[in-house]
Amino acid sequence: MSTAVSDTAAPDAAELALPTQRGYWGTVGYRLRYDHVTLFFGALLLLIILAAVAAPLLAPFDPYQESIIRRLKPPGYQDRYWLGTDELGRDMLSRLLHGGRITLTMGILPVIIATLIGGSLGVLAGFAGGVVNMSIMRVMDVFYAFPSVLLAVAISGAMGGGAVNGMIALTLVFIPPLCRVAETATTQVRNLDFVDAARATGAPMHLVVRHHVIGNVLGPILIYASSLVSVAIILASGLSFLGLGVKPPDPDWGLMLNALRQAIYVSPLVAAMPGIAILITSISMNLVSDGLRAAMDVRS
Amino acid sequence: MAMTSFAVEENDGRDRGGPRQPLLTVQGLKKHFPIRGGIFGRVSARVRAVDGISFAVRKGETLGIVGESGCGKSTVARLLMRLIMPDAGEQIFDGDAVGERGGISVAEMRRQVQMVFQDSASSLNPRMPVQNSIAFGPIALGTRQAEAIGMARELLVKVGLNPALFGGRYPHELSGGQKQRINIARALAMKPRMIILDEAVSALDKSVEAQVLNLLQALKRDLNLTYIFISHDLGVVRWISDRVMVMYLGEVVEIGPADALYASPRHPYTRALLASRPALDPDQRREEAPVSGDPPNPINPPAGCRFHTRCPHAEAVCSARAPMLSAGGDDAHLAACHMQDPSSGHSQALRH
Amino acid sequence: MSAAQPLVEVEDLSVNFVTRESNVRAVNGVSFTMMPGEVMCMLGESGSGKSVTMRALMRLLPPKRAVITGKIHIAGQDVLAMDDKALRAMRGATVSMIFQEPMTAFDPVVRVGDQISEVVALHRGVSRREGRRRALDLFELVRIPSAERRLDAYPHELSGGLRQRAMIALALSCEPKLLLADEPTTALDATVQIQVLILLRRLQQELGMSVIFVTHDLGVAAEIADRVAVMYAGRVVETGPVRDLLRNPQHPYTAGLLASTVHDQPRDQDLKTIPGTPPDMRRLPPGCSFAPRCARAIADCNLAMPPPVSPEPGRIVRCIRVSQPEFA
Repeated sequence: MSTAVSDTAAPDAAELALPTQRGYWGTVGYRLRYDHVTLFFGALLLLIILAAVAAPLLAPFDPYQESIIRRLKPPGYQDRYWLGTDELGRDMLSRLLHGGRITLTMGILPVIIATLIGGSLGVLAGFAGGVVNMSIMRVMDVFYAFPSVLLAVAISGAMGGGAVNGMIALTLVFIPPLCRVAETATTQVRNLDFVDAARATGAPMHLVVRHHVIGNVLGPILIYASSLVSVAIILASGLSFLGLGVKPPDPDWGLMLNALRQAIYVSPLVAAMPGIAILITSISMNLVSDGLRAAMDVRS
Repeated sequence: MAMTSFAVEENDGRDRGGPRQPLLTVQGLKKHFPIRGGIFGRVSARVRAVDGISFAVRKGETLGIVGESGCGKSTVARLLMRLIMPDAGEQIFDGDAVGERGGISVAEMRRQVQMVFQDSASSLNPRMPVQNSIAFGPIALGTRQAEAIGMARELLVKVGLNPALFGGRYPHELSGGQKQRINIARALAMKPRMIILDEAVSALDKSVEAQVLNLLQALKRDLNLTYIFISHDLGVVRWISDRVMVMYLGEVVEIGPADALYASPRHPYTRALLASRPALDPDQRREEAPVSGDPPNPINPPAGCRFHTRCPHAEAVCSARAPMLSAGGDDAHLAACHMQDPSSGHSQALRH
Repeated sequence: MSAAQPLVEVEDLSVNFVTRESNVRAVNGVSFTMMPGEVMCMLGESGSGKSVTMRALMRLLPPKRAVITGKIHIAGQDVLAMDDKALRAMRGATVSMIFQEPMTAFDPVVRVGDQISEVVALHRGVSRREGRRRALDLFELVRIPSAERRLDAYPHELSGGLRQRAMIALALSCEPKLLLADEPTTALDATVQIQVLILLRRLQQELGMSVIFVTHDLGVAAEIADRVAVMYAGRVVETGPVRDLLRNPQHPYTAGLLASTVHDQPRDQDLKTIPGTPPDMRRLPPGCSFAPRCARAIADCNLAMPPPVSPEPGRIVRCIRVSQPEFA
């Protein structure tokens, strides 16, 4: 037999002693398991989402049920108004739970749609290069030039208020930054030798992109997108606060914050609650995406 | 010799011109990279990476290409694979012009020519088990998945790795030498006739380098391969090559049989390169560097002979005129130096 | 200074990198001494612990992750006991370091001359003007052509060879007693590498400093070293004068390394190789770490790390197959 094999065919102890095979996602999972911060906030986030999904089952009262006699009651008022009531006497807990459904939808749906559109455009721009890249990225730059808050306000102002229009506005705001991230990641991956090696096999472009590019740019795009969810929640709340997003009496955290603003001296704890909900959700989202970023960087 | 079912018997069926026709002929290959500046992206300068080079590779031989950074040797590899498009020049593979009417397409050429890259880490997809990386090419060209994976595992045996142990691993779980074996297996998966090895062993430790070099030689014998071996390591190139081509700033300065070129180098640059190798004997330490300074920038290469700024024999004619590759007695051993040409006017020119 | 006083004494130096997932034993009990004016090459492959040993000498390892044990004395001072202030005083003044990639040593947006004058002014307490004069001297010392003009260049404007010379000038700015060189010529082209090697050799002789030169290249070691220490799996397996060691290697690993280095071997024969791969530094075998790859290994090799034996004066080998001669 040729020396090619005889040199190393006897698998020496060193080779057998290499670390156990975990695979890529196995390694990521292994690291996450030991990252207590990420695990805790991931669980918290899951809880918030589950609570919002199950709001009709969990909420003790009808969130639209007003009452003149029990306005702005502090937490613990009577036996089942655990978080008190708002300025129109509606149960805070029920409104927060139902509000979570609207607020989280406003936060997550635009990011998902923007990831699909912006990510695809970015991968296309990064892989095609040249004129295609120029035309896509220059258009994105124009949108990028406006501050995102201003742009969101301008778009939803032009289209008129409402939850759907608010979401469209947020989607449009998020497409350019996601496209930019996808383009940068793709350009980096595209210049690595393994993409050249795949091209050198004579494989058609779409297969090279699908097998060798997408998998490697998905990580950075998803991490960035997950960090945008908290921005989206805050922007959505901001739009509602300005009266451009969700319309009253629908329970949205931003809208609730706005409405309770005047009650800040009367019942500060209740007035702060929607803000605290936004804060906890967005901090959890940020920390989880940070943890994912660290765990997914296998070579570190 | 126990061969696996992966023997490349059909190689001979693809041989069109017979043993005397070169497998690859390159004429006037040229690539200038534009450097863009200013807001309108206008071309402000050009890197003359490869500036009109011609050579041939015979069937079954190993052509070594040596040179320092910026000499264009890696650009040559990528041009030959058409990973970048040449500005000029023709490439003839076994008698067929590549990418021209009446010749063969780039895709057909790539089925017969494969490449192994220097950086074993970046040349494997970090998210793909290595056996899938090997099988990707055949699958993309229509082989069934199960069959291609089976072939990939046979190839792992061929490059000296146990498929049960390594097939499902990801690149970050392998050492540099193991990754380079995978890269070689991936190239072999396309059943190529020629492999371009671009600094394929340069990043490896010495003891591993020797293992991979032996593997390459054994594979070449078993599979009737032809190699282009690009490296900056003169010792390695001498060991593996039948003929050697020396490049300097995008041009060929000398080409000839390995033994002749190392024993009696004709170009002053080749002589300097050889004399710059550290001696393995502490009693023969170099006291003077053969040449001073760094290789000039390929953006504005010197006029005339590009080596004249560092050449100890430079005269007026060297900066005035660029020398041509000429034989000077031995047709197989060419050098581009005015001292090779009796009519050049150089005072040290050869007299016949 | 009396000639008998060693400049560097390292005893039983170990470095462990501790992370949640593993404990990498990068250096396992390295001992050596160096006289003033000596050039020692640390020869080894990637992962052999040579660069880590070097960084341990300057305490450049991340203090939280790297656990250093053993003894390091440089110029009579205990390096492992130093506080931050003493360390800063030692770095640059007594010991300085050059790297493989000179761009990492320079700030890319400050002219190289200004960077060197600043270091000189800071360490010496002289004026900036005096510092610049000294920088010019240094550039001439490392034979940078048109030194005056090159002082005003930014790092990226210099070629690879000049950048390496500039980094050497920076390292020499405070006349260190010990220069640590971590593969400073590996990234250079062949014709430039030999220039830098010759320069370093001349500077070492002119300035009389000691140099520890880390390399994986036997040829480089042959060009520059007085003494060679061969490292494998975090241990020094063999030391000796460069001539003896290269001509008559005693440890099977050194012999294998010499045989597998490609240098004018016959083309029609396979190269001699060391089979296998270096051990996983997270789980080293209890005995000699080279035993699994060694052609001369016997059962006893796996029992314990071989003790140092001295087959000739000035040479130390850690291999039980090498016998200690009886001294009369």
